[in-house]
Amino acid sequence: MSKRIFALLLLTILLGTVLCGCGGGSAATGSEEQQTSGSAGAAVQGGEITVGIAQDLDKSLDPHLAVTAGTKEVLFNIFEGLVKPTPDDELVPAVAQSYQVSDDRKVYTFTLRDGVTFHSGEAVTADDVIYSIKRCAAAEGDKKPLVEAFSNIQAVESPDPRTVVITLSQPDNEFLSYMTTAIIPRSYANQDTAPVGTGPFKFVSRTAQDSVVLEKYDGYWGTPAYLDRVTFKIIENADALVLALQSGAVDLCTHLTSTQISQLDEAAFTVREGTMNLVQAMYLNNAAAPLNNEKVRQALCWAVDKHAVIDLVSDGHGKAIGSSMYPTLSKYFDDTLTDYYTQDPAKAKALLAEAGYPDGFDLTITVPSNYQPHMDTAQVLAEQLKAVGVNAKIKPVDWNTWVSDVYVGRNFQATVVGVDASYMNARALLERFTAGYGKNFINYSNADYDALFQKALAEGDDAKRAELYRQMEKNLTEHAANVYVQDLADLVAVRKGLDGYRFYPIYVMDLASVHYVK
Amino acid sequence: MKRMNGCLRAGLILTGILFALIILGFFWTPFDPTAMSGAEKLLPPSLRHLMGTDSFGRDIFSRVLRGAGTTFLIALCTVAVGAVFGTLAGALTGYFGGRVDAVLMRLNDALTAFPSMLLALVLISLFGSGRQNVILALGIVFIPSFARVTRAAYASLRDANFVAEARLMGAGSARILFVHLLPNTLSVLLPALTIGFNNAVLAEASMSYLGIGVVPPDASLGYMLSEAQSMLASAPWYAVGTGCAIVLLIFSVGLTGEGLQRRRGEARYA
Repeated sequence: MSKRIFALLLLTILLGTVLCGCGGGSAATGSEEQQTSGSAGAAVQGGEITVGIAQDLDKSLDPHLAVTAGTKEVLFNIFEGLVKPTPDDELVPAVAQSYQVSDDRKVYTFTLRDGVTFHSGEAVTADDVIYSIKRCAAAEGDKKPLVEAFSNIQAVESPDPRTVVITLSQPDNEFLSYMTTAIIPRSYANQDTAPVGTGPFKFVSRTAQDSVVLEKYDGYWGTPAYLDRVTFKIIENADALVLALQSGAVDLCTHLTSTQISQLDEAAFTVREGTMNLVQAMYLNNAAAPLNNEKVRQALCWAVDKHAVIDLVSDGHGKAIGSSMYPTLSKYFDDTLTDYYTQDPAKAKALLAEAGYPDGFDLTITVPSNYQPHMDTAQVLAEQLKAVGVNAKIKPVDWNTWVSDVYVGRNFQATVVGVDASYMNARALLERFTAGYGKNFINYSNADYDALFQKALAEGDDAKRAELYRQMEKNLTEHAANVYVQDLADLVAVRKGLDGYRFYPIYVMDLASVHYVK
Repeated sequence: MKRMNGCLRAGLILTGILFALIILGFFWTPFDPTAMSGAEKLLPPSLRHLMGTDSFGRDIFSRVLRGAGTTFLIALCTVAVGAVFGTLAGALTGYFGGRVDAVLMRLNDALTAFPSMLLALVLISLFGSGRQNVILALGIVFIPSFARVTRAAYASLRDANFVAEARLMGAGSARILFVHLLPNTLSVLLPALTIGFNNAVLAEASMSYLGIGVVPPDASLGYMLSEAQSMLASAPWYAVGTGCAIVLLIFSVGLTGEGLQRRRGEARYA
């Protein structure tokens, strides 16, 4: 009979450890990568790598229709505009060879580069450029143009086959940064499923929920990519991502947390740190009760200690922010807003009482569960809110649900995510909170804010315009549009033997410069 | 009086101690289980933090106490749902037999044929995650096993003499089912309950581990294990402490069940 007890004990221990053992047994692997690879090694042409990404791409791979930052950062390798951003916060000519801006900043003349071809082999013509720009500028009925800044375009013409002239109805200093909009062939119908652009990599295949494969484009006009082939592997689970890195299935992964990094074998990976160029915040639905009350929103701001969040979630990596702007856009970033609200539970409670919620209220924070940093941040925020009587529940959802329910459907109370700038200017971050703007998912509505934005658009002087944008940031902070937290640290793990990863001031992942070293 | 065997005694004592700890956990824990502290991150076990702290600086022992409570409650409610409906179905089909029996038992078979975890997943995706829904989903999954056990017991006792006599004395079906027959099925039902409880603990742990069970800041042992996994390298004590709590909970209840079963065997041959 004692055998049976023994067996029972064994069984329970087994069952119990099966659960915690599920992802554990890999701590000792990865040591075969002992080759010492000084970063001084020479760059090698060729080879292929697998890049881990945390979410599937949008349903459509059309660069003009891309919604999520995770899609845009992959498409960056396939597409280019007339100009393209560099890691040094500059815009350099790409499909265009040079450009001229008229003195009144209303006429932009682009001379096309010779020898630029689409991945299909066809040469890029002025007609393709005009098609691409008109497509993004088209406003059908109530629908806003794909690039809202293009509503300023009066005419797009090509006086000769190598020149494109864009005439604006109002002067615009920042117009050039919108010229990063992808140039696509005019007579090609399958952009959704098999995108064709002019970038250093061409699209090969996509398996939904699994992977996207790119290959080096041999006919690229500029410095060609080093790697022959890049596979983006979609791994939504944060732990699975670490395991994939450790096991050698993934060679490079961006946007990792410090916890994930700490599990990696130091001998096998180089870790680079930059910033994500995201505005991470607890975004509040300004139209949903009780958050439609400004005092309630301010109370939430006073309840939160963003520096503690950064310490707890990312071991102090990351930059605190106080409005919808991140520090790498230094011209527009206003550091005085960062600590506009400091943690003050008494003040928060007083504001809640004034607003009619002396005992706090229930708050649901919807979080895309595939982003560990946002999940962790939400947990810390929930704990901090508890101190002022706000009972926050976290609702983890998958990414597609988040996009459809929160971002598009606006059916949420609060959500923790990071918002990126699609173009290298302040407008890309600030225009989204103007009333009636298609992507204003928090339903922010403030007449002063909208007026400031119109003034900024009309302002010709660079410095004055930057000042107006800073006033808009201040408006967001004062009215507590959101509970701003940080620009997350971007920790990138690169397998030893690979080098050349560069950080940009916008949310992109450039793989053309990544190479093996000898 | 039947004597308690060693197995049962040890099981009851262990379960009692755990139960007391869990009850204690509802009212008092050494630290607030959700309070975070940047200064006390990832500390190994010490006298101040018996099981160490996690990456948010939360006291793991307090979390295990509170988490065990959550898991225990969910398992208990799950078993209750499964047992009540399962017993009812088993009693009716076992006692009356006939066409109702045939139909209900085939339904039961169909439910059993589904992998139980998959069924629970489907139900969760229908209802959404959260504590009540986990209970509901798991409860439904647990019905068939109880129905089967009870049905067998009722079917075997249906034609016993004491039932025939009760019927002669004019007892109604309900009275026979629940007053005369139910106590006689306890010897089968009790072990089934303890085994069911253990399965429920594991099922809840698995579901929360997969991220579809309880949602933070609620903590359950399974959810904590999934958290612990990402800290396996930096705070192995989190996984060990939580894992041991699950093992202990299952072992003690399993021991009690084993004791009950053995006592039933002794009683039969006495």
